[in-house]
Amino acid sequence: MAESFLRLRSVSKRFGELAALADVDLELGSNELLVVLGRTGAGKTTLLRTIAGLEEPSSGSIEMAGQNALALSPAERDVALVFQNFSLYPDWSVRKNMEFPLRAPGRSLAESAIRERVEWAAALLKISHLLERRATRLSGGEMQRVAIGRAIVRRPKLFLMDEPLTNLDAKLREALRVELVSLRREIGAPMIYVTHDQAEALSMGDRIVVLSKGRVLQTGTPETIYRVPSSPEVARLVGQPRINLLALQLRGGTWTTKGGLPILPRNAAHPESNMILGVRPEHIQFEASGDAPAKVELVENTGPAQVAVFNWGGERLHALVAKGVPLHVGATVFPHLDLARASIWPDEPPQV
Amino acid sequence: MSSSFLRISGLEKVYPDGTRAVKGVDLAIGEGEFIVLLGPSGCGKTTTLRMVAGLEIATAGRIELAGTDVTLLRPSARDVGFVFQFYALYPHLSVRENIAFPLRCSGVAKAELKQRVDQVIEQVGLVSLASRRPTQLAGGDRQRVALARAMVRNPRVYLMDEPLGTLDADRRLEMCEFIRAQQQQRAVTTLYVTHDQEEAMTLADRIVVMEAGYIRQVGTPAEVYENPRDLFVANFVGSPGMNFLEGTVEPRASGSLFVGRDASVQIPLDFSAPAGKATLGIRPEYLRAETGGPIAGEVILDEYLGSHRYTHVQTALGRVVMRSPSKHQVGERAELALNLAHAHLFDPETGKNRRYDG
Repeated sequence: MAESFLRLRSVSKRFGELAALADVDLELGSNELLVVLGRTGAGKTTLLRTIAGLEEPSSGSIEMAGQNALALSPAERDVALVFQNFSLYPDWSVRKNMEFPLRAPGRSLAESAIRERVEWAAALLKISHLLERRATRLSGGEMQRVAIGRAIVRRPKLFLMDEPLTNLDAKLREALRVELVSLRREIGAPMIYVTHDQAEALSMGDRIVVLSKGRVLQTGTPETIYRVPSSPEVARLVGQPRINLLALQLRGGTWTTKGGLPILPRNAAHPESNMILGVRPEHIQFEASGDAPAKVELVENTGPAQVAVFNWGGERLHALVAKGVPLHVGATVFPHLDLARASIWPDEPPQV
Repeated sequence: MSSSFLRISGLEKVYPDGTRAVKGVDLAIGEGEFIVLLGPSGCGKTTTLRMVAGLEIATAGRIELAGTDVTLLRPSARDVGFVFQFYALYPHLSVRENIAFPLRCSGVAKAELKQRVDQVIEQVGLVSLASRRPTQLAGGDRQRVALARAMVRNPRVYLMDEPLGTLDADRRLEMCEFIRAQQQQRAVTTLYVTHDQEEAMTLADRIVVMEAGYIRQVGTPAEVYENPRDLFVANFVGSPGMNFLEGTVEPRASGSLFVGRDASVQIPLDFSAPAGKATLGIRPEYLRAETGGPIAGEVILDEYLGSHRYTHVQTALGRVVMRSPSKHQVGERAELALNLAHAHLFDPETGKNRRYDG
């Protein structure tokens, strides 16, 4: 990160008994797309609202462009929020909807400047032909483009996107995902993009912040989060199909599965007797023979590849298999795990 | 199919405002088949499902279930189990009571009710959660309750309308797998509606691709994916969709040559094709980076997805997306070769796939 635009230090937000955010540290570069990835209820929206100034943190500091943001009103922070529910004025034309933020009290832009900005944004979003159309006569994808357009006309200092693609058809989501990344690069403003979709997180983010129950679990590039997840919980949040997690116990100098399959010899680096091994589905190969057979329970065609769900000594695992490899339910296979690319964590009892 | 369990013929729906939602759907479904109706918003998939359920009355056509004409029967007389998105649970009732509800309504005797409810709770893995309220459950578990409530009645057909639409992405995949495993064990005839091609590929025995009130293609996931009938199916199925290159097929002494709209792109074809304008279609996984490959351009985006990447290359014929195992730098030059065995040629006028085999 070349230059920091936004810095959160130990930000917490409590709603009564509920800790929506707990000690969140976050830094955003001045030309960076940071994705916040987490499940429903992780605190993602609260985080955005706190940055925007719509919520006040219970404790902690927020610095924006070198200034104490907590001393600034939402308007002074000059951020644009885009939500998953695009709230356009239905009776207005697209143009009028997009002009609206430019006509806000306190802004004194010339008519020609307003026109120019709206047309610039419309061209970027490929909605120039829709400018005179009423908002109610738009498709979902068009509405979301207008909502994004309304955010960019202001040329805010920071974009905050709250699952903006969630309510769209899968096909459209895929197209807009690519467009949003290019659009942000073109504008060059920093963006925080919140999502529960791991594919969006991996493909869009310069870096990812993984949030769970109001806490940051890990921050890193998509490659780091995917390849070196800091915990089984992070590992499960990225990757599709999901990572295979095997609980291992030490038996006679060897880590074995619950069902008794030997996986790897004891490693001096790990004194614990219980470990969790994480193996990505693409790091399991089926071999022609071996000591430990498994049974294929389900075969899924994903299009570009196949997923085999198999039972291996009581463990239910997923392997990503190239298409064309013959696979059928009930077949016996001999899985080989690529341990060099696996992750291993101490198996700590869950904290109460 | 010789013995169709659910047969839909000439089905049409015109709404009072004149909107033609369904324009003639014919479909024969075998007993125990899992059929997914797939298409974009407004393609008529939900209207078709609702006519089968009896929630909409068909304007024309016929629906037969196990040999009986049910076209005009009220919903409760059709013996179908409808699964909505999971919010249709009663928040003040426990999981067990939610599941038992349809049986109580139809006056099933106490002992039998208990036995059937216990069995289904076991099957869907809700034993430890049976006394909780729906609001205390995670989204995926709530969806299991909704499914269990449909299962407990033992309907002859399940009808599911985007049941996973509101779940987080990872829970959705988990539920897909759960439904598929249930289906493998019980094989109940199912009609399932979604706009998500990934869900369709994972769940379906056969996919029915719909657009603008018509069926575009019916086939197994592999068939619609590898052997699309037309441009619409080729683009809609697959994520990202198929790449399309505009150009002309010119005859050559042996085979033919595809010449791009920008003539710098020339692709020798090893199969025979009629001369004339054509759109060449190729899926991202059938492209590979290879020096001297006929499609060249500059890498403009390299999307990381963990197990693979989607590399976007700006070429003389527009943007082309390649599924790639390794990283490509934005700004670098890429030359791409095609696996021609999996290339398609579409008629740009009609959209028909000239290599469609079926």
